[in-house]
Amino acid sequence: MPIADLKKTVTKSPIWKSVFRHDYKDTPRNRYLQVLSNVWLHLHPTKVSRHAVELRYTWGMGGISFFIFLVLTVTGVVLMFYYRPTDQYAYYDMKYLMNDVPFGAFIRNMHRWSAHAMVITVWLHMLRVFMTGSYKPPREFNWVIGVILLVLTLLLSFTGYMLPWDQLAMWAVTVGTNMARATPLLGHEGPLGPQIGMRPDNDIRFLLLGGTQVGPPALLRFYVLHCVFLPVAAGLLMIVHFWRIRKDGGISGPTGKL
Amino acid sequence: MADETPDNIAGSPEPEGTPAKPAPKPKAADGPVGPAVKAAPARERGANVAIKDVPPKPEKKDDGLRRTTEAEGDQNIWRYSRRGFLEKLGWLSIFSFLGVMLVGTLRFMFPRVLFEPSPIFKAGFPEEYLPGTVSTKWMRDFRVWIIRDEGRIYALSGICTHLGCTPRWLEKEDKFKCPCHGSGFYRSGINFEGPAPRALERLKVALAEDRQIIVDKSIKFLYESGGWDNPQSYLKV
Repeated sequence: MPIADLKKTVTKSPIWKSVFRHDYKDTPRNRYLQVLSNVWLHLHPTKVSRHAVELRYTWGMGGISFFIFLVLTVTGVVLMFYYRPTDQYAYYDMKYLMNDVPFGAFIRNMHRWSAHAMVITVWLHMLRVFMTGSYKPPREFNWVIGVILLVLTLLLSFTGYMLPWDQLAMWAVTVGTNMARATPLLGHEGPLGPQIGMRPDNDIRFLLLGGTQVGPPALLRFYVLHCVFLPVAAGLLMIVHFWRIRKDGGISGPTGKL
Repeated sequence: MADETPDNIAGSPEPEGTPAKPAPKPKAADGPVGPAVKAAPARERGANVAIKDVPPKPEKKDDGLRRTTEAEGDQNIWRYSRRGFLEKLGWLSIFSFLGVMLVGTLRFMFPRVLFEPSPIFKAGFPEEYLPGTVSTKWMRDFRVWIIRDEGRIYALSGICTHLGCTPRWLEKEDKFKCPCHGSGFYRSGINFEGPAPRALERLKVALAEDRQIIVDKSIKFLYESGGWDNPQSYLKV
C-alpha cells in the first residue's frame, strides 16, 4: 500500500508533528489538548456549556458583530489600495472604485453594508445583554468595556461617512462636528467655553477638523482615525472583552442551566 | 520631599526618632522594632492551623528606606537608600518623558497655518447698497448677506442656527427660508418659524481707510446676548 506508507511517512515526519501536535483520538483529554495547543482554537474555551448553542438566548449577536468587524477590516484594507484621502482625489477614487475597478463596487458595497449591519448588531447585542441582565456582577466590568466598544463602533461609522467626500458626507460631518462647538469648556460656543478663551481656531472642534471648517485637513484626520486609530482601539478593547467573558464564567446563559 | 516619603511607602513601619509624621506614628508606637512586629501575626496564624513547616516570613522587606540605628539618629533625606532614590528618579524620568510627549503630540494636532479662505473680506462701498434691500452679492463666495435698513448696514451670516444649512433669501416673502428643515427668519435675522432655536448671527462690519466695508466673519454678534446693540455690529449710514 504505497498511499498508506506515504501517509505514514508524512504524518510521522518531524515537520508534520511540529504543526499538528495531537492526533485525532476522540478522548476528552485529547480534545482538550487539540484546542489548547492551537493558537486559533484556544481563543475559544475547550469546553462550552450546553446552553451556549441556544440561539434564542444570546442571538449570537456578539459573535456576529465580531465577524462583521473582521469583514470590515478585510474589505477596508482592500479599499485602501485605491482610495486617496485628499480633496483632489477622494471623491473620484470612490467613483473609480464603484465604476471601473474590477469587483470594486462589490468590495465597497460589502464595506458599506457591513458598516450599517455592524451598528445594528452591536445595538442588538447590547439590547440582549441588557434584557437578560448579563451586565450584572461579575460581568459589570465587561459591560463598561462593551459600552466603550459601542461608542467606538459609532465613531467608526461616523468617520467612514466622511470618506466618499460627496455632499452627503460634507453636510453630515458639518452637522456632526457643529455639535462639538457646544462642548462645555472645550467648545467655543459651549458653556464657559468663550470665558476660558475658546475660539473657533483652538477648541475641540478645531482639533477634530484640523481647521475651522470641514475641509481637506478634516478629510485626512477622519481617514486616519477611521483606518488606524479607532480600529486599533476597538481591537484592543475586543481582546479585553473576549478574555473577560471567559474569566466571568463563559458565555451567559439562563439561570440554573449548565 | 523627606516629609512626604512615609505616605509614598504604604504600610512601612516608621524608624524611631523621625520628625513629626502624624499618621504612621501609632504603628511605630506598637513596638520599636517595626518589621518584627509585622511578621509575628503570620507565624501565629501558621501555628493555629498546625502547619509546622511554613517558613517564617523574611523579616526585612526592601522598601527603599535605609533603617537608621539609634546611635546614628535621624539623617533626614539620607534615610533613602541609593536604590530607592534611583528607582524614584527612574520612574520620574519615564513619566516626565511620556507627559512631555503627550503634551507635544496634542499641540502637534493644532496647526499654526491654515490653508483656508480668510474670514475677512471687503464688501464694496456703503453707497452700493440701496436702502431697504437685502444683498445676496456675497452669498456665493462668503455666505454673508449685507442688509441696509433703517439707517444701518449690517452683515448677516448665512448659516442656519438649526443645523448649519444655508437659508435662501426670498424677496417676495421678505424672509430667509432654510431648505433643510423649513426654518424662517425675518430680514433682521430673527427666527419666527421652523426648528431654528435662535436668530441668525450678525458679523463684525467696519469701514476701511478706502471707505469700503470690511466684514470679519470670525467675530459674531448674537441677538440673544444683546450683541446687536454693539456698535461694531453695524454701520451708520
